[in-house]
Amino acid sequence: MNTPNTEISIDYKIILDIIPEKSSVLDLGCGTGELLLLLSNEKKIKGQGVEIDENAIYECVEKGLNVFSGDLDSGLEDYADKSFDYVILNQCIQQVIKPVTVLDDALRVGKKVIVGIPNFANYKIRFQLFFMGKKPITKWLPYEWFETPNLHYLSVYDFFDYCKGRKIKIEKTFYMGAVRKVNILPNFFSQNAIFIISRD
Amino acid sequence: MSDSLGIVETKYFSFAEPPNELTLESGEKLGSITLAYETYGELNKEKTNAILILHAFSGDAHAAGFHKGARKPGWWDNMIGPGKAFDTEKYFIICSNVIGGCQGSTGPGSINPKTNKIYGLDFPMVTIKDMVNTQVQLINFLGIKKLLSAAGGSMGGMQVLQWMVNYPKKIRSAIPIATSAKHSPMQIAFNEVGRQAIMADSHWLNGNYYNKKKPVKGLSVARMVGHITYMSENSMESKFSRRLKTDRGPAKFTADFEVEGYLRYTGDSFTKRFDPNSYLYITKAMDLFDAAKGKPLSHVLKNLDAQVLVIAFKSDWLYPTSQSKEIVKACKMAGINATFCEIDSNYGHDAFLLEVEKEAHLIKHFLQKVYNDIED
Repeated sequence: MNTPNTEISIDYKIILDIIPEKSSVLDLGCGTGELLLLLSNEKKIKGQGVEIDENAIYECVEKGLNVFSGDLDSGLEDYADKSFDYVILNQCIQQVIKPVTVLDDALRVGKKVIVGIPNFANYKIRFQLFFMGKKPITKWLPYEWFETPNLHYLSVYDFFDYCKGRKIKIEKTFYMGAVRKVNILPNFFSQNAIFIISRD
Repeated sequence: MSDSLGIVETKYFSFAEPPNELTLESGEKLGSITLAYETYGELNKEKTNAILILHAFSGDAHAAGFHKGARKPGWWDNMIGPGKAFDTEKYFIICSNVIGGCQGSTGPGSINPKTNKIYGLDFPMVTIKDMVNTQVQLINFLGIKKLLSAAGGSMGGMQVLQWMVNYPKKIRSAIPIATSAKHSPMQIAFNEVGRQAIMADSHWLNGNYYNKKKPVKGLSVARMVGHITYMSENSMESKFSRRLKTDRGPAKFTADFEVEGYLRYTGDSFTKRFDPNSYLYITKAMDLFDAAKGKPLSHVLKNLDAQVLVIAFKSDWLYPTSQSKEIVKACKMAGINATFCEIDSNYGHDAFLLEVEKEAHLIKHFLQKVYNDIED
């Protein structure tokens, strides 16, 4: 298996850097399996994906990945505590019906959880909403209100508050613009954020 | 056709000659035993490319290719052959008829060596585990230490699960399809209706109908019930709707609807190839099957170091996805590398024989990975 010769997106690069060699990884909402394949090839991880879309599953199997068809709202209860070194929830927590349950389960079955969220408080979104008075549409959140898969809208600060209120430890944060990391005023400038979280 | 195996032949393997009979799960002894089997493709030098195909309830050893003079190919011909999911250019495929059956392997219609008469109901109860134990003998006879995979749907899937539980070191991968780790009361109930239909036939004679008139009516009704459970509401709607048969006569209670005609036809044609007593024995084996024997399935899968591909079909209400998910759950808890896909299909339980394209895609790539992993 070869890594496809395409540019690796910044969030994948960050996750690739986070995860040590030979870790066990559960990727929730793994899509067509690009990230898992990358991690398998570069970090020799023992990977498992969960994905609801049937066609995406065929692509995962084509890539030689282990994947379960299922929705994240009900797929985690079968795993024992701390079954995985890392559980990845990249760009999907805003789309599940019960984010609290999914995050709690992820924190239970994973020693660490990597959560990637789109930041709804980015300045472009704020300006669009303020000046145009319409649902913001951006490159990283390109959906009209009637077709968006996103059920929950949150910002970097919202996620901080959430973790504080539920005794979730944020071990590390990464903020990203379109192509590179953001270092100042992350709640204003970042388009996406990645958190490494854990719970004792 | 380049993707067909062409002409194939059934072979026979006999073992467990008295006094070395096979001890069955019940404690009873059975011997000698003959297994009808077919093989396709070539076993490689290292003997690492062998795949065992396990057939469903009414299947047989003839999984692919054509018997001489036959118009119809084997029951899984669309999955087994050159370039197909079970690619005979790469893999050595084996399929054997189960014991208790009636298509070449030892069953209730065979001669009992102790009495030189046909067994009938003197044939001992056989279980899914007994079936698998005989398959292990065949694999040993063929000189294969470890199978690349064991694969099958429905009752074939039960045998796959039995392999996973009892011979975890003898398989590199397992593909249980549209199956269950144990029968639900609904599944047992349908089988019981079939058995009762056979036993209610006045020609059944406690199973001593050989050389007399076969209880075809009972067997035919049993098959009709079975067939309904293999389809789905949607597949029946699109296949028959409420269409009437054009040749309906004036008599009362003839087959007015197409669906009635179809059921009568499949029931009748089944009686030409199946032994009613085998129907009783094999359905009972399925009903008694419990891969975990009352324990959590994940516990009995602890020693398994194989990759698993579980496949279910959305419209299958006989072996519903929830049963496949139980298998998946056990794999998760036992830390087994597994893949699970619920294929969207309208065919009901029959989908494992008919929804070929999607199923083939999954199996082909899965096997490729398992095979690559040994070569690495």
